[in-house]
Order: sequence, then structure tokens, then C-alpha cells
Amino acid sequence: MAYSETVMDHFKNPRNVGEMKDADGVGEVGNPICGDMMTIYIKVEEDRISDIHFLTFGCGAAIAVSSIISEMAKGKTLEEAGKITNKSVAEALQGLPKNKLHCSNLGADALHLAIQDYHDRKAGKISKEPKRKDPHIHTHGDKCYCPYCDVEVSEKSPLCVNCGRELEAAH
Amino acid sequence: MNVINLDYIASYPLLPAVQQAMIDAIREDYVNPSSQHQLGDKTAEVLAGARDQVALLVNAPSAKEIVFNSGGTESVNHAIKGVAFANAGKGKHIVTSNIEHNAVLRTLRTLKMMDYTVTSVPVDGYGRVNPEDVARAIREDTMLVTIMHSNNEIGTIQPIEEIARITRERKVIFHCDAVDSVGVVPVDVQKLGVDLLSMAANQFYGPSGVGALYIRAGTRIWPLLDGGVQENNKRAGTENIIGIVGMGVAAEVARRDMDSRTAHAKKLKEKLVKGLQERIEDIYLNGHPELALPNLVSVSIQYIEGEGIVLMLDEENIAVSTRSACAAGALQASHVLLSIGRDFADAQGTLVLTFGIFTTEADIERFLEVLEGVVATLRSMSPLYLKAKRAAA
Repeated sequence: MAYSETVMDHFKNPRNVGEMKDADGVGEVGNPICGDMMTIYIKVEEDRISDIHFLTFGCGAAIAVSSIISEMAKGKTLEEAGKITNKSVAEALQGLPKNKLHCSNLGADALHLAIQDYHDRKAGKISKEPKRKDPHIHTHGDKCYCPYCDVEVSEKSPLCVNCGRELEAAH
Repeated sequence: MNVINLDYIASYPLLPAVQQAMIDAIREDYVNPSSQHQLGDKTAEVLAGARDQVALLVNAPSAKEIVFNSGGTESVNHAIKGVAFANAGKGKHIVTSNIEHNAVLRTLRTLKMMDYTVTSVPVDGYGRVNPEDVARAIREDTMLVTIMHSNNEIGTIQPIEEIARITRERKVIFHCDAVDSVGVVPVDVQKLGVDLLSMAANQFYGPSGVGALYIRAGTRIWPLLDGGVQENNKRAGTENIIGIVGMGVAAEVARRDMDSRTAHAKKLKEKLVKGLQERIEDIYLNGHPELALPNLVSVSIQYIEGEGIVLMLDEENIAVSTRSACAAGALQASHVLLSIGRDFADAQGTLVLTFGIFTTEADIERFLEVLEGVVATLRSMSPLYLKAKRAAA
């Protein structure tokens, strides 16, 4: 298994797991078709994230991403937390395998949605369902890229000619 | 470190008798069996002995119909591409099923790029092909039907004899990918009535990197590898004599011990299935309850994803395999599980447990104990579990 020590640590001992019943903001990303779902709950005090919890359905990487982003965001102001990116999460985990960068690295998206949900609630826009977003599974821009090695691929080809992986649905 | 191996299907452990035979073979200084001198003759005799052993295992009418090669993948590639190339004059249409192994799927993918067309028949909820669907799919230009004997993810065994009756009547060549069956359950090429049958030594306690293709005499097929006249002109390249010796011994022991191995596996399977049902709620068992490999259990554990289960079991020195997309390095859920009607989420949380002669009841007991805890831990993190429990409440 090509996971870093930090990933394995967060996977084996995940921080801040569990539902938060009195959350001030909730963000949900992903769907089981992609293989990963992540829900982030935040508690906000004086514009700071005073507490944060998560629930995740997904692989080892997805669980580690959720755990580490909960640590990264805890105690930060909403503005600071809004600047956390999926890239910085992956870096904090000492890197992730390439194919996990796309499907499992949804933590920052979930956090940003939770923050947006907090702002919406404060502005009186109360939604019954948590804020959610499905990550795109097709192209970025007009071109198609292999989800495993990021090399440009032909829309018609059933496999990536660079890394040899199957492309069909997700590129 | 004592690891409990419940992932036999990835590659069965080598039998001690096979190890010894291969070590002895290395020390024998075997040469090229095609050589005309006495050293070549001596090697050719050993090769012939192994060919007889493998022929007996699948009850081939003649040992000449056994072609040694590098394993299951090559067997499948040779059977499908070799028949496709040799019979393109008749037509370019191939019939297969929705739950074949990647070796078949990707071979067909390549042929599709060369203007061959493929019809893939569905399976029922147990993963069984209906032979009538195969009959309906065969057209005037069909020259090959390729259906697996048993499925590597759910263990279901196909009605090969019935399909072969149809292909014979319609004069279409029939290849059966029996890589996960040969040496595990009885496979008799004459009784089945197939024209080609793929097998691999590492699926019955032999070495990896060696396998064989049964080619019924008279079947029109091109070689996959071009070169010398080895293997009755059907597979060029100097034979892997050390591996073939190992395969021969593994075949002989498999034939001798098949009944006792099956009895042992069935006992373990019963214990495993019962234990899973008693200890873990919200699971599905996949595959046919009777017509299946005796040493495979496929279980979909709802609300959690397979890779996490594998990693946590690995920490406890238990080796299992998942058909979750992530751990297998692909992004899609298993085509086999989706074909038998599992949804995406359940397909993600599926374990394939395979075991054999070195597995004990105590191993199964320990696995069940550890798994119970792992499932509870992962479910406590799962938003799907929370939603399901809330909906049920």
C-alpha cells in the first residue's frame, strides 16, 4: 500500500470523528458512485471554528483527509479556514497516491461548504438539507486527462496510452 | 509474523511437494527440450511427464492438446486472439458474458479496436449465465463464444456443458476461462465439451508464471507468440521447464486430493458464512449458494468501503482482498457486482475471502472476531450508516 506514514496515522487514529448534533454549519461532498462521501460539521464561536467533526464513507485516503483537515481547521478563523485547499491537505498528509488526489481528496470542498452553510444560516437562509456538492467526474476544460497520471488522453481511447489504465467512465 | 491468508485466489501458496520438485529440477541442469541431443531428450521426457499430469487433471483425450505457456492471462489472450485471427474469414463476432475477468474483457477491448464486434450476455442475481441468452446472441458471423467456468469475485460456476451443446450445434468455437476452477473443482474438458480451456498453475498451489491452454485437436487457432516450433507449433519460445515441472506436480496432487480439499473447504466456508451472518448485520452474500467454488465467500458489508477494511485487517495480520474500486487501483466499482444487481455503495464494501488447505478453523474464528471490530469502527465513521440507522429508527 502506497500510503505515507501520516496518512496511515490519521487512518488508524482518526481525529474528531462523529456526528455533531448542534453544528452551526454542515458540508457534504461526494457520492458512493465515486467511492467517497464526506460530511463536515463545524461549530463557530466569534468567527472561529471552535469545534469540528466529520463522517466519511471511503477508502483509507478519504478517512485520513477528513481527519487531518479537522485538525488543520480547528481553532482557525473562518477566513483562514477558507484558504485551506485540497492541495494543502494532500501536502500535510505527505502526499497521496495520484488516483486518490481526484476521488478522495474532498476535504477542503466539504469544509468550504460547511463554512458557506454557516454564513447562509446566519443570513437567515436555512436549508433543511446540508449543503452538498458532487465532484465532477468528467473533463477539466475541453480536454480529457487520465485520472491516474494526468496525461492528456483521447476521448475515444478506452485506455490511457501513458499508464495503461482503463478510462471508460471517469476521465 | 504469522499472517492469516484469506486471499488464496490472488495466488495460491506453493505446496511443499511442488517446491521440492522445482528445486530438484533446477539442480538437474535441464536444457532446451527441443534439442536433438541426449540432454535435450532427457528434458523432453520431463516435459512430456508434466504434460501428461496436466492432461489427466482436465481429462484431455491427448496430452498433445495441452499447450504450456506463461499463465492464465496468456492462455486467455491466446485462445481469444488466436481464434479471432484464424477464423476472421468466417466472421468477426464474439459472444461473452458481463462478468468475465479483465484478461477476457481487455483482450476483447483490443479486438474491438480491430473491427471485431462483441455481444455480452447478462447474468442473473447469482451471477449465472442463461444458456438461452448465449444461443440468442450467436449470429451467422459469430466464430467464438468465451464464457468463464467460475467467477473470480463471487465464485459462481456457469452452465458450461449446456452452453457447449449450443456452440457445437451452431458450429462456433467455445473457449472456457477455467483459471479459477482447474485444480479446485472437477474440470473435465470432454464432459464439458469445450474447444479451448485456460488454466494457471498458481490457482492450484503451483508456481505463478506458468499455465496451460487446452486446445481440442482440430480447433483453428493461430499462435499468439510467433517463433520456433515449440508446443506443437502453437506457442513459440523455449519452455519454462522448472515452472512446468512444478505445475505437473501441483496438477497430480490436485487430482489426488480434490475430494479431501473440497471437504475441508466446505467446512470452512460453512463456518465463515454462519459467522458472518451471526456477527455482522446488514450484509449480503454474493454468488450462487450451491453452484460455486467451495473455497470462496464474497460478502458485501453495507455502509463502509472495502479498502479501509483491508488496511485495518492487514494491521491485524489478516490478508483479504476487496473488490472496492479504490484498493484495486481502478476508479469504477466491480463490474461483476454491478452485474448481479448490487448498487455502487454495496459494491464498494465487498470482501472476497478465499482459503484452502493451509487454512484452519481457528483462522476463520480469529478473522470473524477481528472483522466484527473493524466493521464497527468504520461504521461509526460512516455517514451512510448514520443515515440508514436514522431512517430505520
